Amino acid sequence: MEVEDNKILISHAPHIWRGLSTGKIMYMVVFALLFPTAAGIYFFGYYAVYLILISVATAVLTEFVIKKLRRKRFIMDGSAVITGLLFALTLPPRLPLWMAALGSFFAIAIAKEAFGGLGYNIFNPALAGRAFLAMCFSKEMTTWVLPSNFNYDAVTGATPLAENFAYQADKISLYRNLFFGNTGGSLGETSAMLILAGAMILIVFRIIDWRIPVFYIGVVAIGSFIMGKDILFQLLAGGLMIGAFFMATDYVTSPVTKRGRIIFGIGLGVLTVLFRNFSNMPEGVSFSILIMNAFAPLIDKYIKLKPFGFYKKRKNA
Amino acid sequence: MKIVFKKKRSFRGLSLPENKITAEKSIEDLPLPEKVVIPLQQNIGANCEFIVQRGDVVKTGQKIADSKGYVSAPIHSTISGKVSKIVKMVNPVTGNVMDAAVIKSDGEDSRVECNKLFNIRESDDFFGLKRIIEGIDKEKVLKMIREAGVVGLGGAAFPTHVKLKPPPEKKIDTIILNGCECEPFITADHRIMLENSRQVLMGLYIINKLLSPEKVYIGIEDNKKDAIEHLEKLIIRMNLDDLSKIVSLKSRYPMGAEKTLIKTITGRSVPMGGLPMDVGAVVNNVATAKSIYEAVIEDKPLIERVVTVTGVVTNPKNLRVRLGTSISSLIDKCGGYRDEFNSIIAGGPMMGISFTGTDFPVTKGTNCILVKKRRLQDEQDCINCGRCIDVCPMNLMPLMYVRNTKKKDFGKCREYYIDDCIECGSCSYVCPANIPIVGYIKTCKSELLKK
Repeated sequence: MEVEDNKILISHAPHIWRGLSTGKIMYMVVFALLFPTAAGIYFFGYYAVYLILISVATAVLTEFVIKKLRRKRFIMDGSAVITGLLFALTLPPRLPLWMAALGSFFAIAIAKEAFGGLGYNIFNPALAGRAFLAMCFSKEMTTWVLPSNFNYDAVTGATPLAENFAYQADKISLYRNLFFGNTGGSLGETSAMLILAGAMILIVFRIIDWRIPVFYIGVVAIGSFIMGKDILFQLLAGGLMIGAFFMATDYVTSPVTKRGRIIFGIGLGVLTVLFRNFSNMPEGVSFSILIMNAFAPLIDKYIKLKPFGFYKKRKNA
Repeated sequence: MKIVFKKKRSFRGLSLPENKITAEKSIEDLPLPEKVVIPLQQNIGANCEFIVQRGDVVKTGQKIADSKGYVSAPIHSTISGKVSKIVKMVNPVTGNVMDAAVIKSDGEDSRVECNKLFNIRESDDFFGLKRIIEGIDKEKVLKMIREAGVVGLGGAAFPTHVKLKPPPEKKIDTIILNGCECEPFITADHRIMLENSRQVLMGLYIINKLLSPEKVYIGIEDNKKDAIEHLEKLIIRMNLDDLSKIVSLKSRYPMGAEKTLIKTITGRSVPMGGLPMDVGAVVNNVATAKSIYEAVIEDKPLIERVVTVTGVVTNPKNLRVRLGTSISSLIDKCGGYRDEFNSIIAGGPMMGISFTGTDFPVTKGTNCILVKKRRLQDEQDCINCGRCIDVCPMNLMPLMYVRNTKKKDFGKCREYYIDDCIECGSCSYVCPANIPIVGYIKTCKSELLKK
């Protein structure tokens, strides 16, 4: 829209810009994600580092190659880094590296670029990649280990939400372990504390809208209460925290209006409660988000804002 | 009696870097230009036609163009001299080609005969003036305001006499004087409130007389504390404290937009597609009030205005210039450029129009000349973040306009109420993808107009 002519620029107003670009937003999210990433590395050791590096590298490389093939400009705006990193954080800690690379490739190539790239994808790419792996390699994708820190020989153990999960000690220490992250599960989902720390930064700087996580988690709490489950356990265990704060809040795949985001959050909560209580899957966060992603355009279609000074025009007037 | 009231609550809006670097600089007079270029389209409404021809001798303040339309204002010669030619020029606002008169100065600046309504001696104080205004004939005053070519000086240039004569079925109970000046950089109104406060208040008194409202407010953003204090003192001195209240408003952009200003001060929402008079309010700019005073009391038509010249000029200034003066001479007066630049903007950085050069004349709506360097950045894809929605003062969904204009589905934009957009630029300002949203909106609106 801008023409440079004799060094004088003709452009539309406004002639100033706030300067908070897509890239800056993305790297702030990456920064916030480093908190749960640190937890993943602390609890699951060097192998976690390999998983994360291979996922991120594959994601960025895939994006680069596809942009070149499509003859589009490759912008290092950080969105591929987020996808790779988020994807890695949803993986079981001992997944074979080549599977991680494949999933990351799928996330970028199919879930994002095939739809037209950043801004056009319907589904959260990281979660789509995870769903792809869950279907192709269901055994590996449900092989969990207990936190082993930097000790390589990990002991397999159930994720807290699984049926065969058993915990002997008292409830308080269970909550404490879940809160700090000393439990089995995906790389990034275990430490509620560090997820909240990262998410707080994003909320304070208004990068993400608090409505989605608050309504999501709130509805899960209410639903768990109705179903007679241990509320605190339901909130802290599994991928709810990282899903609510970092995945459901993805701009591209969530509604644009505040009211739409509230509906989106409530829908997520209802689905997660249903999945956790009535399906064979112990965990329902990732599929809840993917399903609601599909509804986001529909929500945007029907939630229209009423402009300033709105009044209903009478037909016969 | 308490005069200054604070309004803490405000609409969402934006807080912008103010950059009001000329706030402390007194208004300076630009020397008489050697020639002026006076274009025909200077206000919203019907276009004028020249009533002078090439070769005619004109005096300062002589009417040179007029229109029969009601929503219009005549145009005057701003210097004395000879009409050397009538040229065609592009209207930078609309892109249309329009006529313009080039007048060469004779250096005399001889004024056209005044026929003042009132005999005012220099010694007349406020109270004398107030008595005079009390006794004026409304129709006569409205005619004087029209004949003087007074239009809104805030930028939109809507003929003032139309605003001041609402249709009889609309009861006006509130007058608001707009001294917000919410755009960054501009300080012209700020200086007028400080230096011409007497004329501003007398202009307000005339408006008050014409509309006899119940309430009169002067809305000023709280970044202009000195103007608030100064006007407060003067209101007390002039014994106007039972008439007018000053409202100190939060500095949020776009506070000075009519609809947001009325909402913030009175709590009333102008219905969409409606005018301020639909909720019983009339808003006038402070500089317009001053021109009303000059038109009615001094019989001086609108031939000059205050322009802030700022940005990367050596010496940013507030200048009082004759309309039709070339922008280049304003920049010369400010010592030329002090740095690299690539855009020349008439108006503020949020809503101003970028010019292709400096050979354009100052018109009635030019409140600022901003010279700045703008970094070119590419437009990226919309990421659906919703910031444009959150920031829109009209509660619209700007991203839908971009989406549908790209698809050339202009009718769809109407379903999202594109006609209510005031083009304040807030959405483009915050857009992370740097999408020129206002550009898309303008494209879409003009496409819709074609249909």
